[in-house]
Amino acid sequence: MTQTNRLDGGQIDRDATLSFTFDGKTYAGHPGDTLASALLANNVRLMGRSFKYHRPRGPLTAGSEEPNALVELRSGARQEPNTRATTAELFDGLSAKSQNRWPSLAFDAMAINDRLSNFLTAGFYYKTFMWPAAFWEKLYEPIIRKAAGLGSLSMQADPDAYDKGFRHCDLLIIGAGPAGLSAALTAARAGKHVILADEDFRMGGRLNAETFAIADMAAADWAAQIIAELCTMPNVRLMPRTTVIGAFDHGIYGAVERISDHLAIPPAGKPRQILWRVNAQQCLLCAGATERPIAFENNDRPGIMLAASMRAYANRWATTPARRVAIFTNNDDGHRTAQDLHAKGVKIAAVIDTRPDAQRSHDYEVLQGAQVKDTKGRLGLTFVEVAQADGSSRTVECGALGVSGGWNPNVHLTCHQRGRPTWDDGLAAFVPGGTLPPGMTVAGAANGALSTHGALQSGRDAARKALGLKGRAPAVPKAEDAPVNQSPFWYVQGCSRAWLDQQNDVTVKDVKLSHQEGFRSVEHLKRYTTLGMATDQGKTSNMGGLAIMAELAGKSIHEVGTTIFRPPYTPMAIGALAGRMRGKEFHPTRLTPSHFWAKERGAVFVEVGNWLRAQWFPLPGETHWRQSVDREVTATRASVGVCDCTTLGKIDVQGSDAATFLNKIYCNGFAKLAVGKTRYGLMLREDGIAMDDGTAGRLAEDQFVVTTTTANAAKVYQHMEFVRQCLMPDADVQLISTTEAWAQYAVAGPNSRRLLQKIVDADHDISNEGFPFMGCANITVCGGLRARLFRISFSGELAFEIAVPSRYGDALMRRLMVEGEEFDVTPYGTEALGVMRIEKGHAAGNELNGTTTALNLGMGRMVSKAKDSIGSKLSERPGLNQADALMQVGLRPINADHKVTAGGHLMNATGPVDAAHDQGYVTSAAYSPALGCMIGLGFLKDGGNRLRERLRLVSPVTDLTVEVVVVSAHFIDPEGERVRA
Amino acid sequence: MIIHHPLLGPRDSAEFVYLGAAALMDRPDPETASADDWHDYAYLRDNPAGPHRELWFHEGGDRSILIVTRDTTTHEITDVALARPAGAQI
Amino acid sequence: MQYSGFKVIKEALTGHKGWKPAWRDPDPKPHYDIVIIGGGGHGLATAHYLASVFDRHKVAVIEKGWIGGGNVGRNTTIIRSNYLLDGNEPFYEFSLKLWEGLEQDLNYNAMVSQRGIMNLIHSDAQRDAFIRRGNAMILNGADAEYLDLAQIKKEYPFLNFDDARFPIKGGLAQRRGGTVRHDAVAWGYARAADRRGVDIIQNCEVTGFRIENGNCLGVETSRGFIGAGRVGCAVAGNSSRLMAKAGMRLPIESHVLQAFVSEGLKPVLPGVITFGAGHFYVSQSDKGGLVFGGDIDGYNSYAQRGNLPVVEDVCEGGMAIMPMIGRARLLRMWGGIMDMSMDGSPIIDRTHVDGLYFNGGWCYGGFKATPASGYAFAHLLARDEPHATATAYRFDRFRTGHMIDEKGMGNQPNLH
Repeated sequence: MTQTNRLDGGQIDRDATLSFTFDGKTYAGHPGDTLASALLANNVRLMGRSFKYHRPRGPLTAGSEEPNALVELRSGARQEPNTRATTAELFDGLSAKSQNRWPSLAFDAMAINDRLSNFLTAGFYYKTFMWPAAFWEKLYEPIIRKAAGLGSLSMQADPDAYDKGFRHCDLLIIGAGPAGLSAALTAARAGKHVILADEDFRMGGRLNAETFAIADMAAADWAAQIIAELCTMPNVRLMPRTTVIGAFDHGIYGAVERISDHLAIPPAGKPRQILWRVNAQQCLLCAGATERPIAFENNDRPGIMLAASMRAYANRWATTPARRVAIFTNNDDGHRTAQDLHAKGVKIAAVIDTRPDAQRSHDYEVLQGAQVKDTKGRLGLTFVEVAQADGSSRTVECGALGVSGGWNPNVHLTCHQRGRPTWDDGLAAFVPGGTLPPGMTVAGAANGALSTHGALQSGRDAARKALGLKGRAPAVPKAEDAPVNQSPFWYVQGCSRAWLDQQNDVTVKDVKLSHQEGFRSVEHLKRYTTLGMATDQGKTSNMGGLAIMAELAGKSIHEVGTTIFRPPYTPMAIGALAGRMRGKEFHPTRLTPSHFWAKERGAVFVEVGNWLRAQWFPLPGETHWRQSVDREVTATRASVGVCDCTTLGKIDVQGSDAATFLNKIYCNGFAKLAVGKTRYGLMLREDGIAMDDGTAGRLAEDQFVVTTTTANAAKVYQHMEFVRQCLMPDADVQLISTTEAWAQYAVAGPNSRRLLQKIVDADHDISNEGFPFMGCANITVCGGLRARLFRISFSGELAFEIAVPSRYGDALMRRLMVEGEEFDVTPYGTEALGVMRIEKGHAAGNELNGTTTALNLGMGRMVSKAKDSIGSKLSERPGLNQADALMQVGLRPINADHKVTAGGHLMNATGPVDAAHDQGYVTSAAYSPALGCMIGLGFLKDGGNRLRERLRLVSPVTDLTVEVVVVSAHFIDPEGERVRA
Repeated sequence: MIIHHPLLGPRDSAEFVYLGAAALMDRPDPETASADDWHDYAYLRDNPAGPHRELWFHEGGDRSILIVTRDTTTHEITDVALARPAGAQI
Repeated sequence: MQYSGFKVIKEALTGHKGWKPAWRDPDPKPHYDIVIIGGGGHGLATAHYLASVFDRHKVAVIEKGWIGGGNVGRNTTIIRSNYLLDGNEPFYEFSLKLWEGLEQDLNYNAMVSQRGIMNLIHSDAQRDAFIRRGNAMILNGADAEYLDLAQIKKEYPFLNFDDARFPIKGGLAQRRGGTVRHDAVAWGYARAADRRGVDIIQNCEVTGFRIENGNCLGVETSRGFIGAGRVGCAVAGNSSRLMAKAGMRLPIESHVLQAFVSEGLKPVLPGVITFGAGHFYVSQSDKGGLVFGGDIDGYNSYAQRGNLPVVEDVCEGGMAIMPMIGRARLLRMWGGIMDMSMDGSPIIDRTHVDGLYFNGGWCYGGFKATPASGYAFAHLLARDEPHATATAYRFDRFRTGHMIDEKGMGNQPNLH
């Protein structure tokens, strides 16, 4: 438990010690540490294995661009694969495991791949594993799959909660480094609503990692002071631990705030993460820059990292990967690392600078015009071999090597709306291009202002410009303003196993092979070699690959271009994108007015769209659902049953043109429907296919109540609004959905009238004469409660539908049960409802499947030729009116014990059973208690002329063949006497 | 996306249901239209890469249908109007 | 050059010096028998079958960017033939059979992996519909299997059986369905076509058609006029833009479909799974990423990118059905342009211009169709008559009322 590589200073809280484990071994760290910094402090450099060759790896970076140091964080259901040790905040009790290795991190059997690397080059798998064909799934692929992948999921449901929220601001600033802080201060002092988001848990960006001064203060202190001021301002919202993942249309930014990831488990009532949708009037991208590596032979050993990351570990986290380090650089920034580490007492073995004229130092040796040729050290760097300017070789012993190839502005979000960055020769880097997401500006290092002073100034100026601030600009504090001296240096000549993409094991050699084989477009390069497709999305690797491809192709880097930057900026938990919409909360649950009553009755419920409906009401002693359903059907047909049909869509249509309107949306006529009458209506889509059916009752000259099927309520309403607003804009007609406003119950069976007469107020005559079949009326019940009564029947029995305001629905149901006792009233559910409608031959969702016409449904003659209605013209097309068109029929098994299956296909009694001889299909099936056998509805070619024909019903997928006979779809009361009783 | 509703101001597109090209408002005259007219109306689309007039139904709002002019290459919205003008017969 | 394990070993031992470009980079010739516009999966497959099956070798594929850069390079890699309607099922089954022999045909390992596809069922009506579909598949010679809840639990124990809003009631499986390494399909077809003499011409944009007296004589391109006996267009989401140059309006709208991939994970999923009560389907790539998608964004778009509501909708579906993926991270999201047709089914047909042929309207199902689409289009281009499995894919089916509407959504492309 000794932090042998802990240095002085830093922004860690040494007063507190945190205990954590990595691969079962216990270590200590401090608040402010990341897992990576704490492991480095404990002299652990080896943290992972690469994807393909299983090469030993340590952290390359100190941030979210990390490709190597990925761990499985936490355990049990909270196990989180592929977590970057470089961004995981240390907490007491943290446990992490290395991944993608077996049996251990230090000894990984799959490292055999590294020995075979010459065979496993880019795209080798496209050229082999083809013989024999069946071996792919059986042999090759399982091996590849097992070896591939990185970390593993726990396979248990994620126990944590995620939330979503909306935020609005005048200016969203992404990144709280010098540019972001400067911009935030400028905007905030001007009174603007500012959101400042930063992926880090400590705001300040590079200022926390540097030793230079701003306004005569340590940079980190200056940052802390600005942040403190911003904290006091009510118009500023600071969002640390928040990654802006993407720039979407119209100023919408997605941002993930990690609320509890720095804790062992989320506090009670707190989510793990929140996905914010930030609506920003303006956005200022201050995402900084990412240091880029140089490729050289074996540049991936644990201990080799980016120089500025090494500096960040020393300055911010007071740790170093080794006590003796070397630096390999092509620019001045590498020297800064050497100076800072030297100042912290770390031995600088050498600074290897590619430039012949590199500055010398009194504190350590600088090898001018030198390059790293190769490195050694199986599980951690031991020394590097340097090719010196004079051609001689030299070995430099070191436990870590900081590498700096310059900086790449973080342009990712500028490209999320398919803008492309442009190449800046002066910076030798891509900078934001001309086409940014509307409302976005870029400042600081992200825009190529790489000095601290430049960043401060550009942040201030960009904020002023974005917000249109006038007046004199506030002064920018004094700060480092070193000139930028980046020149391209991508790889050391002659190297081959020099890693570009460390996670996916893409080397310089692979890029060359890709070029050799014609995969020369950057997208081909990416896809063929997998360069940049790892979890770091190429943040440290892409540029090197592009540069080498450009060189091989004899083109400029600009001509070669980049691949497309896609959201998210860094990978984010899928759970956060789902938020609370999971489990039972996946969709809203709509309850019917009688729900709680039905629950008391022990009803079994079924999901019908978002509704929960009573499916059947089991009685004591009933052990199989069929017993309950058969009883409900039989009892309803014998006396009276009640069913909650509130879920049917109800649309109130009002206005002097209401009848004209209905005449347009229904294929059958409605203009002449008398007040107090209801009519069945069939609605077509404009393409002539049946959309929905239902009834429309005319309650007044200028008022209709339209009902729809449960499933199509929203769709029909939308369609009606389209017709009203887009096709009949001058008509006087208004629509409103009243589905939820009225509780509606079907009261069906020969005693239904008698039951209703007990609750309908006496001044309303509901006798057969006073209120005949298809009547409708506004009435009152139970002594003055307003209600609507429709004499319509889905069951085929004498039946009514009665509606009362929803809040009386529960009471009405209970009252019907009490009043119905003398008739043995039976509540019935959706199953019995379905059985009765099949017995009666009514079409429902299974028949109105979006491909059937009025003709198919046996209602061809309903399509009025006397008027124009939606769909009437296109329903006349020949393909929809073939002589042998499918027609709805009824089906009975020859043997009453045989099963009829919905989804079965119909075949002639003899002859082949195949698609070419298909005669139709079964849409609905049920056991009919009245007939004592199963029955079905189906569509049969020329079905109208094939009554009494014997067919085979085949359902090979459920292993069924049954002989059936074609019958009328109206199994019950075909003359319709009962409904008129 | 954000749609600036003429009556309700900026609204998230998630409140809306997309109904398709605004050309769907130009239903053929049933008295005079040919079968080809009906076919073209129901099935053929300009489908431009650029400004596109299209219908959005404010299902999660005031239920008005808007004619939105939106560039299909950038998603930029340049105009929003009510399909049924507010002054229409009520 | 023939690819083989032996060749890989030989090259490894000799410094990989022998590998040649997978396809040539020729300049366009003045005239070809057949010019195919669009170097995507369908265009390249068409070229391959023209050369290998129909013995047409004076063929060029013209691509405005880099080949395989459209939907074949940007999809969720699923292959299956679980269609319902007679107009579709034989075609997709033909396609699946071609997939099954693809690698040997192309001498290219596209990693055709028949690990199965499972469509979950959540309601009685859905069960009825899936049984009808499974029967249609079997009656058309494809494979289908109905699984009850117990079988689903056994094969997919990680699904949400405990607190599902829409409980799983069963599933329809097609064991021969699966996934294919999508980029490799484009490259494999390109390489195979190239080896038979097809010119693959990248970075060559078609700017117009040369049409005289109702005959298409060739195409104007950014690299000059290229004459052609016949011109076939296979440009997916850009169909309307291209065919407008020939004076056509199409029964197609272009929509954005987003897709997603997670970080690499050790094996989690056995095959493809589709959620029946939400917009979510998923498989796991050989690299370990969960590859998943859902519904199209729903508005016309050529922007090749989508928006957050659909991203959230898809992830909600994912968490609803397999809540163990909550802590897996989404690595990358992308969008492609889908040529959404008016009935959800494709068109492979002649046009009103002689010598000009069209292939498009694949909606978001084009990838699995690649081999059969190429084969059928090659058949049409070579013989001027439709392939037996593609006779229903006519332009005039909307005029005559012979729509092939699997989902029953009618003439609203964004609902297919």
